[in-house]
Amino acid sequence: MRVHALFSLPPCGGGPGWGDSLRAAGVCMATLKPETPEQAAEAVAWALAEEAALEVMGRGTKRALGRPMKAGNILDLSALRGITLYEPEELVLSARAGTSLAEIEAALAEKNQMLAFEPADLGPLLGGKAGAGSIGGVLACNLAGPRRIKAGAARDHFLGTQAVSGRGEIFKSGGRVVKNVTGYDLCKLMAGSYGTLAAMTDVTVKVLPAPEKTRTVLLYGLEDAAALGALSQALQSSHEVSGAAHMPADISGGSAVSYVAKAGAAVTAIRVEGPGPSVEHRAAALRRDLGAMAETEELHGMNSAKFWTEVRDLRPFAGDSESLVWKISVPPAAGAQVMARIAPGSDARHYYDWGGGLIWLALPPGAVREAEVRAALKACGGHATLIRAPEDMRKRVPVFQPQEPGLAALTARVKAGFDPNRILNPGRMVAGV
Amino acid sequence: MRMPEPDQAILARRAEIAQALSAIVPGEGVIVAEDELRAYESDGLTAYRQIPMIAVLPETTAQVSRILKFCHENGVKVVPRGAGTSLSGGALPLADGVLLGLGKFSKILDIDFANRCATVQPGVTNLGITKAVEHAGFYYAPDPSSQIACTIGGNVAENSGGVHCLKYGLTANNLLGVEAVLIDGTVIRLGGKHLDAEGYDLLGVLTGSEGLLAVVTEVTVRLLKAPETARALLLGFPSSEQGGDCVAAVIGAGIVPGGMEMMDKPAIHAAEAFAKAGYPLDVEALLIVELDGPQVEVDLLVDQVGEIAAAHGAVTSRASESEAERQAFWAGRKAAFPAIGRISPDYYCMDGTIPRHKLPLVLRRMRAMSETYGLRVANVFHAGDGNLHPLILYDANEPGELERAEDFGADILKLCVEVGGVLTGEHGVGVEKRDLMETMFSETDLKHQQRVKCAFDPEALLNPGKMFPVLHRCVELGRVHVHGGKVPFPDLPRF
Repeated sequence: MRVHALFSLPPCGGGPGWGDSLRAAGVCMATLKPETPEQAAEAVAWALAEEAALEVMGRGTKRALGRPMKAGNILDLSALRGITLYEPEELVLSARAGTSLAEIEAALAEKNQMLAFEPADLGPLLGGKAGAGSIGGVLACNLAGPRRIKAGAARDHFLGTQAVSGRGEIFKSGGRVVKNVTGYDLCKLMAGSYGTLAAMTDVTVKVLPAPEKTRTVLLYGLEDAAALGALSQALQSSHEVSGAAHMPADISGGSAVSYVAKAGAAVTAIRVEGPGPSVEHRAAALRRDLGAMAETEELHGMNSAKFWTEVRDLRPFAGDSESLVWKISVPPAAGAQVMARIAPGSDARHYYDWGGGLIWLALPPGAVREAEVRAALKACGGHATLIRAPEDMRKRVPVFQPQEPGLAALTARVKAGFDPNRILNPGRMVAGV
Repeated sequence: MRMPEPDQAILARRAEIAQALSAIVPGEGVIVAEDELRAYESDGLTAYRQIPMIAVLPETTAQVSRILKFCHENGVKVVPRGAGTSLSGGALPLADGVLLGLGKFSKILDIDFANRCATVQPGVTNLGITKAVEHAGFYYAPDPSSQIACTIGGNVAENSGGVHCLKYGLTANNLLGVEAVLIDGTVIRLGGKHLDAEGYDLLGVLTGSEGLLAVVTEVTVRLLKAPETARALLLGFPSSEQGGDCVAAVIGAGIVPGGMEMMDKPAIHAAEAFAKAGYPLDVEALLIVELDGPQVEVDLLVDQVGEIAAAHGAVTSRASESEAERQAFWAGRKAAFPAIGRISPDYYCMDGTIPRHKLPLVLRRMRAMSETYGLRVANVFHAGDGNLHPLILYDANEPGELERAEDFGADILKLCVEVGGVLTGEHGVGVEKRDLMETMFSETDLKHQQRVKCAFDPEALLNPGKMFPVLHRCVELGRVHVHGGKVPFPDLPRF
């Protein structure tokens, strides 16, 4: 085993014995960078023996997501990289968890395929660069984009994994086939667990053919409630809508797509994808069905792709790094009412995705309005996550939706089952878990 | 099949337990008479039978909570049951267990087209959901072949699929939320009408957990608008290789059909004799490809699939020109199981999934096994997603044939795992495949799964004897093995 590659300890005083003093002082961070799943297991076993917590990291683009933690060391999984299996005709791809999403998407594009859940790239929003995240990170955070409403979330495409639990043991779950009910689906448990249960070393995902053609129907000038009504109508049609977003005028004005920015009005967008004649037919039908509500326009391939990337990656809020950003998931028909209940004031900005079921809300620095956000969800159900905020605020304000006592206790028991000594990302989601 | 040894102390308290349950569920909700209990002795896997100690049929979540709390406090095992259509023995009762029937939870609570979802009680049938919304052009997508009888609660427990999985997903992909009761009586809500979990995806874990984690008392599912139209192609091939290649080429061309089913020669012949569907009898593999969506798209794709099939040597190629013709194409496939039942006194339905391109190899090896075991086998195959249903033909009245059929079935499933597939695609592990779990999972893998079980049900009172070949005690599973302070890198220069 190449131990040196595994450990790269920064110089912390130097001289004989620095390794010990490093841990006693707890100021410097050790970075453990395994190159094999077995080394990852050894790294966790080492942390267990040392009683040292690990920050589990893929390629580091989402370190500012979740609650800040006290982890003395980093388990850097970025050296676990590479596509290990890709069979386009079987619609399946396996990769080491630290493989960059960009590499995977490029390989898929060569075969006209895609990750249908349209993973969001939060890099730019969180102050990093675009296209730098890992497949493991996307799955660990269960990040899905606009196509979520039609194709499902990251977790719906997550077929199999191998991971190292907080017990320092390698386990696998699932497989490489799309239809599998053998045993508990631990992939679902890993998706959205933010590295608090296990460090994934390998993942297998379902991939799908990329659509031949894309069109986006735009409606201009609708107020929130009317816009969400239009989206609901489109989603209740048989036109297989794969994106349904609404940008009020202050957001649409910032788009890089001229048909959106130059409207000088709110823009409601509905995407259809598929074979050419089908897409043309459905786009025309949507314009006909909704034409009485507002003036309509149509985006073709390039502009469509650009627009939905903006929606997916929160580009409207990426530029101003100071504002606080909430991700709010609600029943889609309740979106506009929830926003009205939060009553964020004139200095707040928001837009909707998922037909109104996803609200992205940006508030001025300091005004996190947690009580209002949580209260607004009481009547209809849903959850709110503080996606971007300074570290001290994320320490103070619950980043994830607080759970009822019964569910919170169950969550803590699941954590204790996989990571009883709280080695992996302790407190990343909930204080004390 | 060995089940956990009945607890004599519990059996001795039967009358007292029945009385306590009667206090929770008044009237006729508690069943103790043996002739009435017999109705629950088996599920769809009829080879296994066991009369439960007591059956209880609650009507409210509060009653379920009190029943479970009582059973938890008294160490009584509980087996939840929907319609009892499980093909893996998931609802097989225990001699010392309470059978918890959810049949009275049969109300549709809320239909919400604006949010495209329906909230129903778990005893509503799968088809019952579609029936309740089809007037508005909506439907519930997963369609297991038992959909007329199976309940949505059972679908959640088994993560049921159907012929449309490739395009529309399994139960897990169409479920938005549940209300569920833990073994200690705690009522939890997971999800709702919104998307995605607010913490760990426990809804995802609960789906397909086969009644071992919690009892579901309310279900919210996603509704879809019915496609504008659907057409099917009936394609016959001289070899299963060519049929398999055609399936791969369809998907390779970027087409995801609504359904893609394959049958081998024995299945074709049995289905045709039974249903007179007009299937060609001189082919080795028959493929039904269904395309759904807007008319213009369906017509286009029907032509494309027809061309692909021709290029892969299809000797029969027919596209449905009417709804009646489409239904006729399906008639044989849908009747495949009863058709096999007609040519054999008994049959045993298996449910492995394989990487699709391994199909010819698996069929070849299966034919060899068929000769070794002296039992015939017919295959129906959800070709799009690789889910294989070999039907082993046997006669239970012939001494030893059932055992031979089971051994044959186990060998088929081991073969599925060997070629990179899994033990079960949609029927579940239950008691049937419990003892095969170790062919697919290591002890460490299974222990990690059981730690989920321990978080939900530490005393293993919910549906024990299913899914896990060995149920470790949670105390033992909880221990952490730290390498006694030793650093695991003895060769690392530490100073």
